[in-house]
Amino acid sequence: MNETLVLENRSAPVRTGTAVRLTGVAKVHRTDRIETVALSEVHLEVGEGEFLSVMGPSGSGKSTLLNIVGLLDRPTEGTVEIAGQAMNGLSDRELAPLRNREIGFVFQTFHLIQDLRVRDNVEIPLLYRRLPRGERRALAEAALERVGLSARMGHFPAQLSGGQRQRVAIARAIVGRPRILLADEPTGNLDSRMGDEIIAILEELNREAGTTIVMVTHDARLAERTNRIVRLFDGRQVQ
Amino acid sequence: MWIHVFKIAYKVLLRRKFFTFVSLFGTGLTILVLVVVAAMLDDLLAPRAPEVHLDRTLQVSRMAMRGEQREWTGSPGFGFLDRYCRDLPHVTTMSIFTVGQDVATFVAGEKIVSQLRRTDAAYWRILDFDFLDGRPFGESEVTDGAPVAVLTSSAARRIFRDRDPVGASFDAGGQTLRVIGVVRDVPFFRSSAYADIWAPYTTAATEDYRTRLMGGFQALLLVDSRARFDEIRAEFASRLPHVEMTDPEHYDRMDGGPWTRLEEVASEVAGTSDESERPRTGWFLGALGLLALLFMLLPAINLVNMTMSRIFERVSEIGVRKAFGASTGQLVAQFVMENVLLSVVGGLIGLGLAFWVLHLINASGWIPNADLVVNYRVVSYGLLLSMFFGVLSGAYPAWRMARLDPVQSLRGGER
Repeated sequence: MNETLVLENRSAPVRTGTAVRLTGVAKVHRTDRIETVALSEVHLEVGEGEFLSVMGPSGSGKSTLLNIVGLLDRPTEGTVEIAGQAMNGLSDRELAPLRNREIGFVFQTFHLIQDLRVRDNVEIPLLYRRLPRGERRALAEAALERVGLSARMGHFPAQLSGGQRQRVAIARAIVGRPRILLADEPTGNLDSRMGDEIIAILEELNREAGTTIVMVTHDARLAERTNRIVRLFDGRQVQ
Repeated sequence: MWIHVFKIAYKVLLRRKFFTFVSLFGTGLTILVLVVVAAMLDDLLAPRAPEVHLDRTLQVSRMAMRGEQREWTGSPGFGFLDRYCRDLPHVTTMSIFTVGQDVATFVAGEKIVSQLRRTDAAYWRILDFDFLDGRPFGESEVTDGAPVAVLTSSAARRIFRDRDPVGASFDAGGQTLRVIGVVRDVPFFRSSAYADIWAPYTTAATEDYRTRLMGGFQALLLVDSRARFDEIRAEFASRLPHVEMTDPEHYDRMDGGPWTRLEEVASEVAGTSDESERPRTGWFLGALGLLALLFMLLPAINLVNMTMSRIFERVSEIGVRKAFGASTGQLVAQFVMENVLLSVVGGLIGLGLAFWVLHLINASGWIPNADLVVNYRVVSYGLLLSMFFGVLSGAYPAWRMARLDPVQSLRGGER
């Protein structure tokens, strides 16, 4: 019951100290003919407020790991705990509000909805909470201000540069004040200057808001700036 | 949330203009046909002038007289209505009148056929005719059998051409009648009121009708409240066993009842053989609903594929929404709502076309004096039907798409 309270009430003093705990996690993709092991025997603990990067070659299971932590995918074996609460066995209906409150995603390819203005894109996570429109607007504007895009609220994504789009995506990820931010190669589609800008924003979020960040990256230079690096190879944790 | 859904729906509408056109066209045509049918049913069943009190009127227009060997089904006779239907409780006004009969008038060698009803004076109090000139006939004229008549304006024009009809006489089926009033034409679907000429029932050629239990007449009962209908039916039913049969050798009982217009129509459509049973309107309305559903099903199935491909373009959006906390149920609701909005736009186009088609039907003379209109009831039916159509054509694609795996949905290029 206390653990549930931790999830529901961000200001609750009860803290487990561990934001994410994976124990013996494996993910096997099975088809009629072949079986592909995406992850095997992964044990990972991410402390609250930690900024962790996950590195590894393509196909090493980085994104699968991130999807499992983000409750978008289920492990074939092992357990997943978010803020001390076991996620195994929860239905889609139960996972959806947890994703909404606890986790924010930043994708390499931004995944902004082209038909919506920047402000409306940022509001998306708040649509799945019972919030009045005015409050949603105010929160979206505050998030955009935080990533330095106040002047672009009425623009459409197509009118923005790659760096600006990723900043919109970060604003969308943080607008609901999630405990954990998951970034899947957030600088992968950006030049190094824009990439640095994005990392600086993530660092600031981690430092000032205490947001736990798990970032998948290929860029060793960026990974060095985080608290810890986890390396994967062929679905196994090697470091 | 709904503003957000509306914005997205609007943008999606603009995205693939050909798809949008086909969707709107398909929905519009479907709704057009249903709205035209709804307008006809509304004209038949809803209170509209002259049948302004239809909602608290019962009618006795079909009875059965039965014996061991014989059965006579049809309109009741004056004798039955006059002797056994008067003084029913809660009936404020009762009118007895004939079913319409064709009569010929010869004008300058040309034969003009009109429909004549013979009525009492109460008829003009229950039904609210629009008198363009003159007046209706009163109690004394009915009692005296005065050879007077009320005409519709188009009957007056056909018979009298440019002459002023009021005060003039004409020949109707070999009987000379003097015109005392002219009313606006009555649409065919107002079945108790529809005719071209009205004369007192006492102008009939013989007095035979006075004692007949069956044949040629019907009655309207204006009741103080709909809530009394069952009480009246019960009293009516209790009187039937006491009817004194005029031909006891062949007939021993009468069946039937005072029914509402809807019950009469349901009974006509179902071809009820047992007049003693109250017509089942639930069955009739259910059958109408089923027909409408079947009619909508085919275009809906056609639209399903198109809706699927439309939603497929938005796979990445589905992934994003799921990642940020949308449940499958919320996504289904969103996509169905978007489809309903699209269907309502199609429905409004259908309603617009219905205005035009109904105008054409009214002008064509296909239905005598048709006055089919798109009123607030018909608009409500049209909108409800288009919303239902939206759910029908949108539910399956929404359900399929909302169940997509978010990981697969997010795999893809720049969005």
